[in-house]
Amino acid sequence: MLLPDGRTVPDLRLDPGVVGRCRELAGRVADQVLASVQRRTTVSIERAVLRLLGFHAAGPGGIPHVNLMVDQLHARGLLGRGAAWWLGYALRHGAHDPDRIVGLFAGLPREPPPLPAAEEAALRDEVRREARAAAGELRRRVAERDALKAELGTAPRPHKYLIVATGNVWDDVEQARAAAQAGADVIAVIRSTAQSLLDYVPDGATTEGYGGTWATQENFRILREALDQESRRLGRYLHLTNYSSGLCMSEIAFAAAWERLDMLLNDAMYGILFRDINMRRTLCDQHFSRRICAFAGIVINTGEDNYITTADADEAAHTVIASHFVNEGLARRAGLPDRLVGLGHSFEIDPAREDTIVREVAQALLVRTLFPEAPIKYMPPTKHKQGDIFFSHAYDVMADVVARLTGQSIQLLGMMTEAMHNPLLMDRYVALKSADYVYRAWKGMAGEILFREGGAVERRAGAVLGAARELLEEVARDGLPAAIGRGRFGDVARSETGGKGLSGVVERAPDYFNPFLEILEAP
Amino acid sequence: MTDPVLVRPYGDRRDDGVVQLSFVLPLPAGERARAAAAEVARQLGLSGVQLAAMEPAAEGYTFFVLYGRTAAAVDAAALEVPEVAAHRHGFDELNEIARREVGRRIVVLGACTGSDAHAVGIDAIMNMKGYAGDYGLERYPVFEAVNLGAQVENAALARACVERRADAVLVSQVVTQRDVHRENARQLIDELERLGARGRVIAVLGGPRIDHRLALELGYDAGFGAGTRPSEVAGWIVGEVLRRMGKSLH
Repeated sequence: MLLPDGRTVPDLRLDPGVVGRCRELAGRVADQVLASVQRRTTVSIERAVLRLLGFHAAGPGGIPHVNLMVDQLHARGLLGRGAAWWLGYALRHGAHDPDRIVGLFAGLPREPPPLPAAEEAALRDEVRREARAAAGELRRRVAERDALKAELGTAPRPHKYLIVATGNVWDDVEQARAAAQAGADVIAVIRSTAQSLLDYVPDGATTEGYGGTWATQENFRILREALDQESRRLGRYLHLTNYSSGLCMSEIAFAAAWERLDMLLNDAMYGILFRDINMRRTLCDQHFSRRICAFAGIVINTGEDNYITTADADEAAHTVIASHFVNEGLARRAGLPDRLVGLGHSFEIDPAREDTIVREVAQALLVRTLFPEAPIKYMPPTKHKQGDIFFSHAYDVMADVVARLTGQSIQLLGMMTEAMHNPLLMDRYVALKSADYVYRAWKGMAGEILFREGGAVERRAGAVLGAARELLEEVARDGLPAAIGRGRFGDVARSETGGKGLSGVVERAPDYFNPFLEILEAP
Repeated sequence: MTDPVLVRPYGDRRDDGVVQLSFVLPLPAGERARAAAAEVARQLGLSGVQLAAMEPAAEGYTFFVLYGRTAAAVDAAALEVPEVAAHRHGFDELNEIARREVGRRIVVLGACTGSDAHAVGIDAIMNMKGYAGDYGLERYPVFEAVNLGAQVENAALARACVERRADAVLVSQVVTQRDVHRENARQLIDELERLGARGRVIAVLGGPRIDHRLALELGYDAGFGAGTRPSEVAGWIVGEVLRRMGKSLH
């Protein structure tokens, strides 16, 4: 099969009827989710709207202005009309700076009287004008990013994705530059480990984090500025990615869009399954955050690789595929074209077993073949890594080979010291050197290979696809919440009203107002 | 008294003392960097230093691989090593012993605590599936094993220990940046003490950077490091429960 980027991968014969059925079922699942998403909003979505309208900073104690504003509205049961409406109300009452707006919100009654029709229309017009101006500025910033990318060009696929995680943004800059000089194409700054459960986005440049660096708008700006410089020096565009996940998916998506990031981890179910975030909350947040990503041309990376770090990679292979179809369906409904939908999976079958490469190749080629336009992200082994760095290195190289052979688009390079400590500078160097060797050595080989008709690779891929279809039949019949409730994905069961963040989900009022949604949803 | 038996690192001949080493120096590659790397090795006490590789890993950073001989020699027998007493029993055998000798199910809670979101360690030990073909605690009929998952607050975990009358609590700590795991691990012990439950619960710490000595230092009863199989933890817990009942596991 010829990929859009010009590479050829071995053909994989699949039953087109089954493929079509999977997509149809996933589309049905996505439509059900969308219907529920469109009835609700969340504190995080409303904060993202206010951020888009210019409230980027924090007040005393580091509490973001948008949290102070939205908390006041939420406490009074007024959020269902949309924070943008109330901002318009404040503006028309002469409150412009954050403190005065918060003060005004704090004085609102629980049931404010309706406005005269003319005033109501004028208020909405005023906020719509502000929103259009802000969207224009966002569009200009994104165009600036795209122009630099077009000017410098990007490296051939797979893009080598490297992780930086010092906890200190200034050290991250150093490490990111070093990784780029050694050949990295994508720099991911891992977040501080507790951030996904914070219901606010920390503010400013940060120098202390645990297992990673706080995702803040200022940290994004600092890293992107450094990578812009480094891109020019190296004559190759360097991508920056972070995490639009946890309780603040939409706000992070906004900050990333504004600061010209290229990619974001963004999964429809990851937070539900692995961070025990409430289902309704995450499903609403993923939709709005993806709308922002679509507007800003940000590639999303989904997190199906995580399913097989908890469940068994052999046995749960079909859950990854089923989830890809669902993530694709939801992404398309948020306006993301396939070229921005970086479905994720990984090389995770227990290396102590036999014939694992048949199944790894079958899986990787299945994903590639099912989603030919998508910038598929391939993760290295992590679950079965141990302290023997020499074995780990060989194990990672095997994943590099499978990635190259099966035409993956973005490859997260494994670290020989995985499971020991955050990557050292030399760990990245050795990983990059070996990946370059594999890509060079296997350059034309993928186009030469034909897998035997009815052979082990084809049979395995067909069986996984068939099992994915069965799972999707169940999910489409019973709904996504019920399937998650039965632990169908990642062996983790969650209920619709459990988990963190449900109190931040609000039913939209009939007169709900979100001028950004209007812009983002415009065809 | 017999003479101490000294051991030295073994390359290809007994007592040659050969070690391999790799590191990065913040210097551009070149003769000065090469000399600096060799000097680092000499200051580490290595002789016969051989620089196998010097490669520019980034601008101003050079990666080295080198070999040398150390004069270090150790009397292993004389070292004081706190060890987790190992009981090797098969799955069925351990269940049978525990059923007979303990006479009830042993309640085990597991969690990855504090800000740590990396459930891979606790999952490997607790989950039905287990790890490397070795069943997890949930699979043992004799255990009532509950995996509370990641980012469990220490106070909540201590309360859960009391409410569920846990015999043992397993704590996994994976993130160790800036020693966050030490403070966090100690906090659970403090919380258990605050509830007056420390003596009733067997506290076990695990993680890639954990060892038995560190666990004892932090107030735990045992520590398990990288590569630990669920059956080792299972066997140790059954042994400890029996010991506290005044019995022993043979």
